[in-house]
Amino acid sequence: MPQTPNIDTPLIAMEGVEKWYGTFHALKSINLMVRKGEKIVLCGPSGSGKSTLIRCINHLEPFEEGRIVVDGTALDDSSRTIDAVRREVGMVFQSFNLFPHMTVLENCALAPMRVRGTKKAEAESIARKYLERVRIQDQADKYPAQLSGGQQQRVAIARALCMEPKAMLFDEPTSALDPEMVKEVLDTMIGLARDGMTMICVTHEMGFARQVADRVIFMASGEIIEEGEPEVFFRNPAHARTRAFLGEILAHH
Amino acid sequence: MDYKLDFSVVFDEMPDLLLGALATLGLALAGMTLALIIGILGVAARKSRFCVLRGLVIGFVEIVRNTPFLVQIFFIFFALPMLGLRFNPTVTAIIALAVNGGAYAIEIIRGGVDNIQKGQIEAGLALGLHKAQVFRLIVLKPALRSIYPSLTSQFIMLTLTSSVCTSIAAYELTSVAQIIESDTFRSFEVYFTITIMYLIISWMMMSMFALINRHYFSYPVR
Repeated sequence: MPQTPNIDTPLIAMEGVEKWYGTFHALKSINLMVRKGEKIVLCGPSGSGKSTLIRCINHLEPFEEGRIVVDGTALDDSSRTIDAVRREVGMVFQSFNLFPHMTVLENCALAPMRVRGTKKAEAESIARKYLERVRIQDQADKYPAQLSGGQQQRVAIARALCMEPKAMLFDEPTSALDPEMVKEVLDTMIGLARDGMTMICVTHEMGFARQVADRVIFMASGEIIEEGEPEVFFRNPAHARTRAFLGEILAHH
Repeated sequence: MDYKLDFSVVFDEMPDLLLGALATLGLALAGMTLALIIGILGVAARKSRFCVLRGLVIGFVEIVRNTPFLVQIFFIFFALPMLGLRFNPTVTAIIALAVNGGAYAIEIIRGGVDNIQKGQIEAGLALGLHKAQVFRLIVLKPALRSIYPSLTSQFIMLTLTSSVCTSIAAYELTSVAQIIESDTFRSFEVYFTITIMYLIISWMMMSMFALINRHYFSYPVR
């Protein structure tokens, strides 16, 4: 298969990343390459460092050692590189984190206007475009508190997309949702994956992992224990800890 | 009691009293506005990464909140001229009210800012906004909303405290009343009247705050 050079260069590269919280070793020599368009699902028991890992990528958490390169920008602690990375990487949080004092439309138009300097009218048309994409355009003038959890999370996805990021990070996007709302958010994410978005998702939704993930990565105690294509990963996990974890997770689903 | 009530003095002097009330309202509004600005900038400085700035704000708040307002206004009016800073009574009164109200506003607003969930700040940062933008665009309004009742009652206090400015002969309701009283000796009538007038001023302030609240903080929260 012929390969163009930019398929070889990863969009996100983590090399030997180490992170401590005081004396607690939260991430241990993390190596992770994510190609453009690749979908990664990160799973593992709570406290295993999976959220910390993706939060290092957009520098919500600083890291002590190693290298993180996003779209050619190597993160150091300078605001120049941090800004550059955050402009290209969107994030969706477990608790939605919509801004309560802004309408749905204002939530979405904020960053394009303030970060990219887009004019208001254009920012709002971008916002409407992505609200339509997550099928919530008719709620544009409502405030977050007037929406259900699932709707709020879809708005949060649209808000991140409005920056037209090159990659999206999802930090347990369905964990705070009532069961009946999980599907609408997962469907939105699946749509995004089908459209070729580069995604790293921290989630325990193994159905989602099977359906869209190119690779599933299992973490425990701050380390990447094992990774593989979903079929192999689920059918034939190599490590005992992975098997134990999958046993727990799948028993509940 | 042979003291015969005679409110005719009060009626005769009503134009002066109303002007005094207007002056009080003016001092209070100017003091409050400046106090709010000091409060917001103070919190921003208190939250900045420059420790000198943080220290200055902490020192300012400590000094102002632990000394009497009367001493503060005397300091500005009588002590600062020794350093070459001279203000007329009205300007002195406004500065004193702004400084005093500002220190309390810093503490109140800081409480509101501390109550904002960390996720709100992270969401702003993740979108690429700078810390200052996150404070101004994301944190400030919900923070002000959450402490609005305490802040406005502090501002009512500030309005009433403006009567202390009579001590440097600033032109306001209490000083007008004092002059009328010393001319006419109708102490009860005069002070009874301005008591009512202060009450009305407070009520007017409260309705203004309620109006602002309805207009500016009307967004729903669960």
